[in-house]
Amino acid sequence: MAEMIALSHLTKRFGPLTAVDGIDLSVNKGEVLGFLGPNGAGKSTTMKMVTGFLSPTEGSATVDGIDVTRDPVGVKQRIGYLPEGAPCYGDMAPRGFLNFIADIRNLSGIARNASIDQVIERVEIADVMDQPIETLSKGFKRRVGLAQAILHNPPVLILDEPTDGLDPNQKHQVRTLIQQMASDKAVIISTHILEEVEAVCTRAVIIARGKLLADGMPEDLLKRSPLHNAVEIKVSPAAADEIAKDLASLTSVGQVERSTSIDAQTLFSVTSKTGAPIAPEVAAMLKEKGHAVSDLKTEKGALDAVFREITRGGSAAAKTETANA
Amino acid sequence: MRNMLIIAKREFKGYFATPLALVFIVIFLALTGAFAFYVGGFFTRGNADLVSFFGYHPWLFLLLVPAIGMRLWAEERKSGTIELLMTLPVSTLDAVLGKFLAAWAFCGLALALTFPMWITVNMLGSPDNGVILASYIGSFVMAGAFLSISSCISSLTKNQVIAFIISATVCFLFTMSGAQLVLNFFQGWAPGYLVDALRSMSFLTHFDAVTRGVIDIKDVVFFGSLMVMWLFLNVIAVELNKGR
Repeated sequence: MAEMIALSHLTKRFGPLTAVDGIDLSVNKGEVLGFLGPNGAGKSTTMKMVTGFLSPTEGSATVDGIDVTRDPVGVKQRIGYLPEGAPCYGDMAPRGFLNFIADIRNLSGIARNASIDQVIERVEIADVMDQPIETLSKGFKRRVGLAQAILHNPPVLILDEPTDGLDPNQKHQVRTLIQQMASDKAVIISTHILEEVEAVCTRAVIIARGKLLADGMPEDLLKRSPLHNAVEIKVSPAAADEIAKDLASLTSVGQVERSTSIDAQTLFSVTSKTGAPIAPEVAAMLKEKGHAVSDLKTEKGALDAVFREITRGGSAAAKTETANA
Repeated sequence: MRNMLIIAKREFKGYFATPLALVFIVIFLALTGAFAFYVGGFFTRGNADLVSFFGYHPWLFLLLVPAIGMRLWAEERKSGTIELLMTLPVSTLDAVLGKFLAAWAFCGLALALTFPMWITVNMLGSPDNGVILASYIGSFVMAGAFLSISSCISSLTKNQVIAFIISATVCFLFTMSGAQLVLNFFQGWAPGYLVDALRSMSFLTHFDAVTRGVIDIKDVVFFGSLMVMWLFLNVIAVELNKGR
């Protein structure tokens, strides 16, 4: 697969503050990379350096083989970029705005009109084409920003919080759009909405305090969750003590936590010792012993928990994470 | 070049998307007229010329041109659109020149709309139209010089009011640098060549020369090099400040 974006020891300092601290990363065509991190982690600054808006203090960023400090205009031609907050010229209407972008992007003739029409259809802004952008709702503004980014069908798409502030339907739309376009592009999206990563990304990296702390498929990151492949069982309180004993006797079981549900049943949260699936074993045991169970479900583990653990883990934990990654 | 014109076109249209263009042009026309007729004594002078009209242009431009220039970059930075503009495939020079040209063309339009003055004076007498043309050109070029100062200062701040006040002050210093008021301040201690240099920076001196109908190469070079210098500083300021 073709490497479209390569960051090598990319660093940005603002005075004494190191916003981005030596990030190495490469993104291939066909990948949708989720940039995760708490606010102020350096996600936007990294994106601004890749798009040529800020120049790196150290290190380099290459897009499609072109170094962004050597040929910024060349890089900008290959990138579609949605800045954070989707800034647009408020006094223009989407039609005039997209025409301006098409001019600057050097689209002309039939191709130009076709791209504009296609993009209007894709982001569904046909109804508001002649209203000033500043009078549009947040969702429409975001979509106009997105239209601007994808108008020239760029091989690299960089979207800074593309779904921030949208309602669930609009979020779903934007995600579908990203998935549709992903196959022939390299896409980076930044977000702090973790479900988004599971929904659209083929790969996720976690950044905090300017450093890259984890890099992997969303499923791989999930495996780091202590609750990955855990099993939750709901039983009647009468049989609870005996079941607890039986659960503890299973070798693959890690910890067993007991709690009471709202409907006065007993809940067992059983974690896997190795992270491997334990549901079949637990189910077989329950059946063998003849315990009645009203509910049994397996947990995937929450990306939130992994995220919190990695980003809050302090510098010692951070070091081991990077070593593992 | 192509990108510069696209940016200029967008920017120029932008003036007319808001009441800004209308307000500016109406006030500019009203003030140029008022100064020429009431303060300059257009009728009582009894001469068929536009000296009383052009004589007040430096003072009007002092306030009105920074009002045009203040938004050029400060607004882009405030609203964040600078990030959009500077990640489009355009060079910083294209963007600076494009915006400057749009604003300058707008000043030119306002100036062109004072043509009834020219018609009036031609109906009342037979003025030297060569002098009037030279004065129009001089006035336009001077507006460009004021605008390059305003554009540069606009890129130093996100606040349009600050951009306006500082631009107007710098423009005032350039306008007045030939006047005794300013020169007295330096004459006591500064070496003679510095005082001469300051005197030669005066917009008034150069503009007066042009309005007498003489387009001297040194006045053209003066305004031209001033614009080049301020726009060059403008490019640097945009590069340095865009991310903040």
